[in-house]
Amino acid sequence: MEIKYYIGLALALFCIGIVGVLTRRNAIIIFMCVELMLNAVNLLLVAFSKMHAATPMGKAFPAMVSDAQIFVFFIMVVAAAEVSVGLAIIVMMYRNTHSTDVNFLNRLKN
Amino acid sequence: MESLGIRFTELLIWFPLVAGLICFIIRDERKSRNWAMLASLLTLAVSITSLFYPGNKELNGYTYGFEWLKSIGSSYSVALDGMGRLLTFLTAIAFPIIFAATSKTTYKNANAFYGLMLLMQCGLMGVFCSMDALLFYFFWELALIPAYFLCSRWGGERRIQATFKFFVYTFTGSLLMLVGIISVYLHTSGTASSEHTFNINAFYAVANMLKPGEQNWLFWLFFIAFAIKMPIFPFHTWQPDTYEQAPTATTMVLSGVMVKMGLFAVVRWLLPVFPQAVLKFDNIIIALSVIGMIYASLIAIKQDDLKRFAAYSSIAHIGLMCAALFTVKQVGVQGVMIQMFSHGINIIGLWIVIDLIEKQTGTRKISMLGGIAHKAPGLTILLVVIALANIALPLTNAFVGEFMMFTGLFKFNVWFTAIAGLSIILAAVYTLNMVQKVFYGEANSLVAGMTDISMGQKMVLATILILIFVAGVYPKPFFDMTNEVVTNVLTRFIK
Amino acid sequence: MDVLKLVWLIPLLPLVGFLINGLARNYLSKAMAGLIGSGVIFISFLLSAWVFFSLKDGQAPIHYFDFINVASLKIGFDFQVDQLSSIFLLIITGVGFLIHVYSTSYMHDEEPKNFAKYFSFLNLFVFSMLLLVLGANYLIMFIGWEGVGLCSYLLIGFWFTNNNYNNAARKAFIMNRIGDLGFLLAIFWIANKLGSVDFHTVFANAPDPNKFSTFDITGITLLLFVGATGKSAQIPLYTWLPDAMAGPTPVSALIHAATMVTAGIYMIARSNILYTMAPVTQTVVAVVGLSTAILAATIALKQNDIKKVLAYSTVSQLGYMFLGLGVGAYTGAVFHVMTHAFFKALLFLGAGSVIHAMSGEQDIRNMGGLKKYMSVTHITFLLGCLAIAGMPPFSGFFSKDEILGAAFAKNPVFYIIGVAGAMMTAFYMFRLYAMTFLGEFRGTADQQHHLHESPKAMTIPLVILAILAVVGGWIGIPEIFVHGGHRLETYLAPIFAQSNALQERNEMAQSKEIMLMAISVVAALAALLYAWNKFSRYKKSTEEEKGLGKVLENKWYVDEIYDAIIVRPVNAIAKYLNNVFERKGIDGFVNGIGRAVNYSSRQVRLLQSGQVGTYVLMMVIGILVLFIVQLFL
Repeated sequence: MEIKYYIGLALALFCIGIVGVLTRRNAIIIFMCVELMLNAVNLLLVAFSKMHAATPMGKAFPAMVSDAQIFVFFIMVVAAAEVSVGLAIIVMMYRNTHSTDVNFLNRLKN
Repeated sequence: MESLGIRFTELLIWFPLVAGLICFIIRDERKSRNWAMLASLLTLAVSITSLFYPGNKELNGYTYGFEWLKSIGSSYSVALDGMGRLLTFLTAIAFPIIFAATSKTTYKNANAFYGLMLLMQCGLMGVFCSMDALLFYFFWELALIPAYFLCSRWGGERRIQATFKFFVYTFTGSLLMLVGIISVYLHTSGTASSEHTFNINAFYAVANMLKPGEQNWLFWLFFIAFAIKMPIFPFHTWQPDTYEQAPTATTMVLSGVMVKMGLFAVVRWLLPVFPQAVLKFDNIIIALSVIGMIYASLIAIKQDDLKRFAAYSSIAHIGLMCAALFTVKQVGVQGVMIQMFSHGINIIGLWIVIDLIEKQTGTRKISMLGGIAHKAPGLTILLVVIALANIALPLTNAFVGEFMMFTGLFKFNVWFTAIAGLSIILAAVYTLNMVQKVFYGEANSLVAGMTDISMGQKMVLATILILIFVAGVYPKPFFDMTNEVVTNVLTRFIK
Repeated sequence: MDVLKLVWLIPLLPLVGFLINGLARNYLSKAMAGLIGSGVIFISFLLSAWVFFSLKDGQAPIHYFDFINVASLKIGFDFQVDQLSSIFLLIITGVGFLIHVYSTSYMHDEEPKNFAKYFSFLNLFVFSMLLLVLGANYLIMFIGWEGVGLCSYLLIGFWFTNNNYNNAARKAFIMNRIGDLGFLLAIFWIANKLGSVDFHTVFANAPDPNKFSTFDITGITLLLFVGATGKSAQIPLYTWLPDAMAGPTPVSALIHAATMVTAGIYMIARSNILYTMAPVTQTVVAVVGLSTAILAATIALKQNDIKKVLAYSTVSQLGYMFLGLGVGAYTGAVFHVMTHAFFKALLFLGAGSVIHAMSGEQDIRNMGGLKKYMSVTHITFLLGCLAIAGMPPFSGFFSKDEILGAAFAKNPVFYIIGVAGAMMTAFYMFRLYAMTFLGEFRGTADQQHHLHESPKAMTIPLVILAILAVVGGWIGIPEIFVHGGHRLETYLAPIFAQSNALQERNEMAQSKEIMLMAISVVAALAALLYAWNKFSRYKKSTEEEKGLGKVLENKWYVDEIYDAIIVRPVNAIAKYLNNVFERKGIDGFVNGIGRAVNYSSRQVRLLQSGQVGTYVLMMVIGILVLFIVQLFL
C-alpha cells in the first residue's frame, strides 16, 4: 500500500492521543492516550522502514532498513517503564485523595 | 628579595588575604582586632618601603607574570607603576588608621568582621596592581563581595535594602564592564598560545583596530560601570543609603578607597583604550560631572543626617575629579592624582569624627546636636581643620589638587570652570552650616554628657592632620610619583 | 649679614607663636600666653624694620622650594621683598604688635585656655597676612588671602556660644569665598595665558599684546577686583563687615581696620600695571569705590552702636582707597592705607577702652560726658577723629586730599561726590565723639560707678597710635608745600614706575591744587563744627526714626534684599532638589526598576498554577511552535 495511508492513520491516532491527554480528567485515561501516541509513532516507524526497503538507497544499505524497527523496540521499552512508574504514582495519588481526577493535583500552585 | 622572587605586588595583595583568613580562625575579639591592626601595619610598612624603590623593575612586578589561563590568554600580571604606588599607599595607610579609630567599637563575630575587612583590602590592592583585564575584573568583584557581607551583617536598620541596592546596582555596572572587556578582548591580537589576550598592552593597542562606532558604545559600557562606582550624577543614588547604613569602618573604606577605584580605572583602562571616544564625549561627561557637583552641594546643605551629609559632599568632590580627568590636560590629571590621595585621607578623617560623635551622643542628626565645642574642644578643633581641608583651604592637601584640577578645567572650557567654581562657595556654605549647628552655640541636653576624646583618638586624628599639611605644603613627591604614568596616558591623545 | 636670608623668619615666628599657644593652651598662664603672642610679633617687627632700612632696588624674588611644577604650570614658594611689601610688613607687624599688647589687658576676663586660644588665632592671622604681602606670585598671595579669611571666621566667632556671632562669622567667610572665586578665576586665566603666575613674569608680559589682549586684561582685572570687593568690603560684598563687629574689639581693630581689609588694596596696588592697561576696569573700580564710600557714609550717619559706626566708616574709607586706585593714584591709595591703619586702629582701640569702661555697653545713646573719667582715651580718640575727618596737619588730611586731587584730575564729578563724602565723614565721626565724650552721662548709675580709665597696657598703645595718627602724614607732604616732601612717593616709585610711565600725569596749577584742598577742608570743618554743636547737647529720646532716617538706620535694607534674592532661593532650590528630585526622581527611578522587576516576576509566577493539564498544553504548544519554526527557517 502507499505510504500516505500509513501516515494518515498514524497522524489520526496521534491527534486522538493528544486531544485525549489534553481534555480527559481521569489519570488512567490520560495514560492510555499517551500509549496511543507512542504506538502511532511505532506504526509510522515500521511503515517507513518497509518503504525504505524498496528504494534504491535501501537496497544499497540493507542494514539501514532495520534501524527503524530496532528503534521501535526502544520506544516500547520506554513506554513500559514509563507506564509502570506512572501507574505507581497514580496508585499513590488514589490512596491520598481517593480520586483519579488530575485537577486535584494542584499542590504546586503558587 | 629579588632572589626569592618576592615582589612588592605579591606582598601587598596576598598578605592581607592570608591575614584575613587567619582572622577568621581566631575566636577572641580582642585578639582578632590586634591581629588585624598588626597585619595592616605590616602592609603599611611594605607599602612605604615600595615608595623608596620606584625605578626597580623586578621589585615592582614588571617581570612577566605566569600564565594561569593560557588557552584564553589571561595571565597573572601585576605591577606597581606610579599611580598604583600612590593608591596602594593610600589603601595601606587607610586601614591602620581605620582600625585604630574604630578600635572601641565592638562587633558581634568580630573576627569575621576584621577578616572581611582584610579581604576587602586584598581586593583593593589587586585592582590597583593588575595589568591583565580579566585579573582586574576578578579583583574588582573581589573587593565588592566582602563589602556586601559587612554592610548586611553589621549595618544599620535598613541595611538589607541599602546593601541590596548597592550590590545590584554596582554589579550591573560590572557586568556591563565585563561585556565591554570581552568585546575588546576579541579585538586584541594574540600571542603564541592563544588567539587573543587580556594583557593591558594588548588592550592599549586595540584603539586603532576598532571602528569608530564600535569604540563609542564600548566606551559607554566601561564608563557606565565606572560612573556607578565613582559615583557621578545621575548614578549616585546608591551612595547616600549605603554610607548611611553601613558600619562606619566599612564606610570609611568605601568612601576613602573604593571610589578611587572608579577614578583609577578611568585613567588606566578607559582613557588609553578609547582615546577617540573620550575626545568625542568629553563635553557630555564633564557637563554631567559639573551638574553633579552643584546638585550634590545643594542637597548637602539640606541634609540632617551627618553620614548622608558626608556622602553628598563626597559626591561633589568626586564630580570635580571626574571632570578634571576628562579634560585630558596634564595639569588637570596630575591634580586628580594628588586629590585621590588627599580626598581619601580627608574623608576618612571626617568619618572618624562622625563616628566619635555618634558613639558618644547616640545620634547622627544635625538638628539634635549642638554646642559640642563646650564639651569636647579637642574634637572640635580637629574637626574644624578636617572640614576646612575638605573645602580646600590653602596649605591643606586638597587645595593643591583642587587648584590644579580647576586650572586644567579652565584650559578646557571657561564656562564649565565658572559653574564648577560655584561649588567652592556652596561647599563653604554647607560645611560651615554643619560645623555651626553641631559644634557651636549652646550645648543642649543630648550633648551634656559628652567628654572630650581620648589621647589615642587624638593621635589618630593628628596623624591625619599631619598628612593634610605635609601634602599641602610640599606636594612635590606626589607629583614626581605619578608624573610618568600621566604623561604616558596623555601622549595617546596628542594628535 | 644679609637680612634677606632671614626674611622667612618674619612670617615663621607668628606661626610658631600660633603653634605654641594653640597646642599648649591648657598649660600656659595668661602672662605667658600674652608674652609669647606679643613677643613673636615684636621680633617680626624688628626684622621688618631691618628689612625696611636695608632695602635695595631691584630685589629678585627669593625662591624656597617648588610648590607646583607640572608640565605647563610652574609655581614656586617664593617671597618678594620690595618697597611695597616692606611698607606693609611694617604696618602689619607694628600695628599688630600694639594690638596684641592691648589685647593682653582687654581680654583679661577670659579663662587662660581661651586667652591662649585667642592669641594663637591672632598670631595665625598675622602669619597669613604676612604671607599675603610677601608672596612673589598670585598663588602665595591667595594662600595668605584665604588664610586671613579663615582667621577672621575663627576670631569673629570667638565667643561661639552666641549664635548671632556664629552667623556673622559664617557670613564673613562665605562672602569672602564668593570674592575668592573671582580671584581664582583670574589666577586660572593668567596661568592659562602665561604658564606662570609670578609677579615678575606677569608684569613684564602685561604690555605685550601677543600675550594679553585687551579683553584678557580687562577680564583678569575685573575678576581680581571681584576678589578685592569680597575681602575689602566694597559693594556688593560689604555686608559682612558691620556684622563682623561681633568679635572682640581688638580683633576688629586688627583685622577690619588695619590689615585684612586692606589686602584688596595691596593686591591692586601690586598689580598696578595690569590696571593701568585696563581703563575700563579702572573706571569700574573708581565708581564702585566712590559709591561704597557714599553709601557707607550715609548709613553711618544714623548708627548708634559705637563699633558699627566705626565699621561703616571703615567701609567708607576703603571706598576712598579704591577710588584712589581707580583714578591711578596708587601712591595715594597706599598712603591712605597707612594713615587709615593708624587712626582706625586708634579709634577701634579707643572704642574698646570705652566699652570696657562702660562694662560692655556699646550704644552711644547711653554714653556721654566720658571725658571727665577717661582723659587719655578721650584725647587720643579726639585726635583720631580729627585725623579721619581730614583736618590738617593730621595724617588723614594728606592722604585723603591726595586721592581727592587725583580724582578731580580724572573727573571733577568724582571730586565733588568725594568731598560730600568727606563732609559726611566729619559729621558722623564728630557725632560719635560728641555723643560719647561730651555732654551729660546718660547711662545707668551702676555703669557710672565703674567708669575708669583703662590700664596702661591699653592706654600706651592708644598714645603711640595717636602720635602716629598725628605725624604719620608728614612723610607725604605734597610738592606744593615742600619740595621733595612726598617721601613716600619717592620710596614707592619703583613699584609704580611702569604705570606712571603709561598714564598721563595731570599737573595742576598750584593755585588750583590749593583751592581744592581748601574747599575740602572747609567743608569738612563746617560739618565737624555742626555735629559738635548739635550732639554735645544730645538728649536721649525714645522716639523712633522715621522716613529717610529709618532707611539709613536699617542700612538701606540691603541685608534683607540679599536674603530675599539669594539666600532664600538657594535654600528653596536645595530643599526642592533634596525632597523632590532626589527622592522621587532619581531614587524613585532606581527603586522603580526594582519594583518593576518584582511586579513582573509576580506576574510570571502565576504561570505556576499547579494544574498538570496546563503544563501539558504548554508542552504541546511549544512542540508545535518549534516544529513550525524549524520548517520555515
